Amino acid sequence: MTEKKDVLIIGGGPAGLAAAVKLWEKGIHDILIVEREKTLGGILRQCIHDGFGLTRFKTTLSGPEYAQRFISRVHEEEIAYVTNTTVLDVSSNKLVTLASPSGMRFIQTRVVIFAMGCRERTRGALAIPGERPVGVFTAGVAQAYINLQNRMVGNEVVILGSGDIGMIMARRLTLEGAHVKAVYEILPTPSGLARNIHQCLDDYGIPLYLNHTVTNIHGNARLTGVTIAKVDDRLCPITGTEQDVSCDTLILSVGLIPENELTKGAEVPLDTHTHGALVDEFFQTERNGFFSAGNVLHVHDLVDFVSLEAEKMADSVSLYLSEDTLPACPISIKTGDGVGHVVPQKIGGKRDVLFSLRPQAKFGASTLQFLQGGEVIAEKMLRKALPAEMIELTVRKEQFQETGDVEVRIVC
Amino acid sequence: MLKTYTCIICPNGCDLIATVEKGTILVSGNLCAKGEAYVRQELTEPKRTITSLILVEGGQLPLASVRLTIPIPKERIFDVMREIKKISVKAPVSIGDVIIRNVLGLGSDVVSTKDVPLC
Repeated sequence: MTEKKDVLIIGGGPAGLAAAVKLWEKGIHDILIVEREKTLGGILRQCIHDGFGLTRFKTTLSGPEYAQRFISRVHEEEIAYVTNTTVLDVSSNKLVTLASPSGMRFIQTRVVIFAMGCRERTRGALAIPGERPVGVFTAGVAQAYINLQNRMVGNEVVILGSGDIGMIMARRLTLEGAHVKAVYEILPTPSGLARNIHQCLDDYGIPLYLNHTVTNIHGNARLTGVTIAKVDDRLCPITGTEQDVSCDTLILSVGLIPENELTKGAEVPLDTHTHGALVDEFFQTERNGFFSAGNVLHVHDLVDFVSLEAEKMADSVSLYLSEDTLPACPISIKTGDGVGHVVPQKIGGKRDVLFSLRPQAKFGASTLQFLQGGEVIAEKMLRKALPAEMIELTVRKEQFQETGDVEVRIVC
Repeated sequence: MLKTYTCIICPNGCDLIATVEKGTILVSGNLCAKGEAYVRQELTEPKRTITSLILVEGGQLPLASVRLTIPIPKERIFDVMREIKKISVKAPVSIGDVIIRNVLGLGSDVVSTKDVPLC
């Protein structure tokens, strides 16, 4: 039997929860949140460090506390959700197939919200050569073992990649009694936030080596060490710079990948830069009634921005449900010099739009510019720009011209 | 004397410069007043908040996450970690439950940041 819903939200993490609560407040109550884990909250359940919520709630919270603010609202309003439930398929005409221990469900929905978040890049994706011993973990997996299951992952630790989760795990492991020998980063700039280098590495005397990578992994049953090498401008290891570092644990913090298999299955086009869906200013994908927000759309630095984005998307979804369509968005946004990606990728030009973007490289004092028809329509001075830090800029409706694609660039 | 800092108060992570001369401290590079207060604290007595976990008996999860209510001197972090590790509590645990009051007399409480219902 096929059930009917107005909105089906895939993922009960920060994006899905914020969207659900906002939709409810907008009077849309025929919602179902689908979560594959045992409880709601997503990755926040294991992010026990604080620093969340400064933007969204004007106070500093730990991950579980931040999630609970939304989960409590879900419970108060009795918003429908299922856990232990996997979405097997989303068809291009919005028929969603769910599987759980109690069986299969088929739901025909008017709106699909993709809020699946990210998964971590693994050793396999980097193709690090060597043996295949126990002791190689992604940062999030190590975090789940320690913070959710009370299992320590090792004693002598090397971390590859300077993403925020890697640095936070360096501190966590140190507090739990492990010795973190060093963090190695292949790029010339750190991948995580500056404050985390300070409070997670410097505070505990953990060195960070830029332009270095792991070139080999040693050990039969358990990891015994890794080979480290310097890399050149093209990120290739330099022969003769190799050194062996003994360790029983290697933590990888080498990037997040938006988890878009269901999106692709629904024939929703993706952006090659963000690896998330192509969306317009309403967070609607190129398919009517399919929306996307949060880390599944593009990787954010802060959960606060994930929640705020999902709430804006929920506003659009409520508009869509009342009209069964949204205003056309014919103007394309293109990435120019110095810009890695920009969201949204399509706009109508008739409303204020908040753009999120990421620089491609490190810049000092520079200017972010939006150009349309060769003219600068909006700009923002930047004190510094780093790939690790997302930039936001609102362009007001009166600044847009009626037609013509918009180019976004960073100039020094 | 010039000293540089990265502010850890919020994700802006301002690059701060402190000029210390004859007992006066001048701070620049901060986007808000909290940055200045942070540098003054760093120059006199660096403090940090820590988060950790406590064991829970009979709960739906084996652990509850905890944090300190106010920052403690940096050099006492590992002393406080040892106190936290001594503790186990019985489920249920709720967000905000005080697990250790005034830990080591430092004026900071260890409080739960997670609900752990009975199994």
